[in-house]
Amino acid sequence: MLSQQLVNGLVLGSTYALFALGFTLIFGVLRVINLTYGFYFSVGAFVALWLARSFGASIWIALPLGSLAAGLVAVVVDGVLLTRLRRTKAGELPSLMVTLGAVLALYSLMAALIGTDIQRFPFGFVGSTALEFAGIRVSLVQMLIVGTAFVLVAVLFLLLQHTRLGLMIRALAENEDAARLMGINVDATVVAVSFLSGLLGGAAGVLIGLNFNAIQPFMGEAMMLRGFAVIIIGGLGDIRGALVAGILLGVLEVLTAGYLSSNAKEAVGFTILVLTLWFRPVGLFGRAQVKRA
Amino acid sequence: MAEWLDDFLFTYETLIHALGIHGLLALSMYCVMALGQLSLGQAAFMGLGAYTGALLTLKLGLPFWLVLPISALVPALVALIIGGPTLRLSGVYLAIATIALGEVLRVLYINAESLTGGALGLSGIPQKASLGLVYGLLALCIAGFWAIGRSKIGRAMEAMREDEMAAGVMGVNLPLYKLGALVASAMLAGLAGSLAAHSNSFIGPNEYGFETAVTILSFALLGGIGTPIAPVVGAVVLTALPEVLRPLADFRLVINGLIIVLAVLFLPRGIVPFRLRRAP
Repeated sequence: MLSQQLVNGLVLGSTYALFALGFTLIFGVLRVINLTYGFYFSVGAFVALWLARSFGASIWIALPLGSLAAGLVAVVVDGVLLTRLRRTKAGELPSLMVTLGAVLALYSLMAALIGTDIQRFPFGFVGSTALEFAGIRVSLVQMLIVGTAFVLVAVLFLLLQHTRLGLMIRALAENEDAARLMGINVDATVVAVSFLSGLLGGAAGVLIGLNFNAIQPFMGEAMMLRGFAVIIIGGLGDIRGALVAGILLGVLEVLTAGYLSSNAKEAVGFTILVLTLWFRPVGLFGRAQVKRA
Repeated sequence: MAEWLDDFLFTYETLIHALGIHGLLALSMYCVMALGQLSLGQAAFMGLGAYTGALLTLKLGLPFWLVLPISALVPALVALIIGGPTLRLSGVYLAIATIALGEVLRVLYINAESLTGGALGLSGIPQKASLGLVYGLLALCIAGFWAIGRSKIGRAMEAMREDEMAAGVMGVNLPLYKLGALVASAMLAGLAGSLAAHSNSFIGPNEYGFETAVTILSFALLGGIGTPIAPVVGAVVLTALPEVLRPLADFRLVINGLIIVLAVLFLPRGIVPFRLRRAP
């Protein structure tokens, strides 16, 4: 029983990690807590749903196209909202407030246009077969989620550490002015980062929407609590940290639900978040310096 | 009382109540923003006050004069717990921790069914918050903030808002001011929540979520934070607006969101941009 619980925790944790990846990437590079991230998540899921319903697209087509659409939306939203604040170096809080207002407007607009009914992917969109060994059941969707989470972390890591674009992104994360002086096209790099984070958010939306099979405009908002917990526990802007913190949170939630009570499960993330802030505000793998006054 | 005034009060009683309570909420937002901090937990603190107040009245039958202070103290305690660590860190940590607080409380209200009535909420709360009480408190708070704003404390607050590091170097005790402001704002929000619960006679778990938090923020952003009057003006405008724009009801939240975006980008001082005057 415990091993099945742990596997369920791993799957749940991978969904949290998947959701938090792009979120933490934006903060790490652009220094903005971008709350519109939850909207990209919903966009990804809805585009995939539309493709599956209208064109009978398979998951292998719907997943990349849904993510791509979310990435493009992210570029537009980021450009409209944050370019002006970035020019004037307005800082973290005004940027946070702008995205806060925007995400409320975007969600409400989406809800007014599409409706808030829960929608589902067509039956048989992904095979419902489940593998079973040593008494542990894992469905195809669950394997897809865990696999995608690990692959995306690896790809993102390689991209950041071993490519020219990665070097530009890291330089921008370090110091925008210095990066500009070194001849880096900062504006293009910002667009690339927005696109990447939207892509990640969209992919998470498709897969998580598939796993819970419940898609509605506010689905991104529901994930936000876990997203906040994961990026704080893992350390703001830390990609490895997001993966580890996500899985940790998933496993702890499943164990709490299994052995304590399912009500307590909801408070796990917030409790660890507050404890992290009290005792280790830099996150799991964080470096000492946090305050950039 | 003149007959037309009686009629007027009868027709718009809910709206007039809401205006006063939203004014208090706007002041609770002002209280943290005046220091350059951002708390997105005003809705959560309001909810805590509302649930505390409603439960004390319904289950224990405590008198209202005792219920009100207790429903301000409970959110203050929670503010201490989450504010303690976050205020030593950069501003985004407080914002994140307070949004997360709202989300977790909503789920807890829904799950703790035996106590909070779950998704159905609590109903049948006696209507004890009279108009006089709401507006009396509002006037008292405005006057209080005005006096504080003109004092030495107000100077320190404004200095922190303009440049935190410089203020710290000048000898302003940053952590003390930040924590004090957060606790005071939580108390005020809790008070407003309790008053709202005792004037609507119903509270539910979804009233204190993300939308409410953003709406309260939009009061202060639209009005501005130059004087304590400004956020209250913002609250009045944004509360009365949906009544005027009935046909746009479905898009009310879209408009609230857009107001925040536009206010931050183009109107950083709000629609009441004056600053407090002080003796030289």
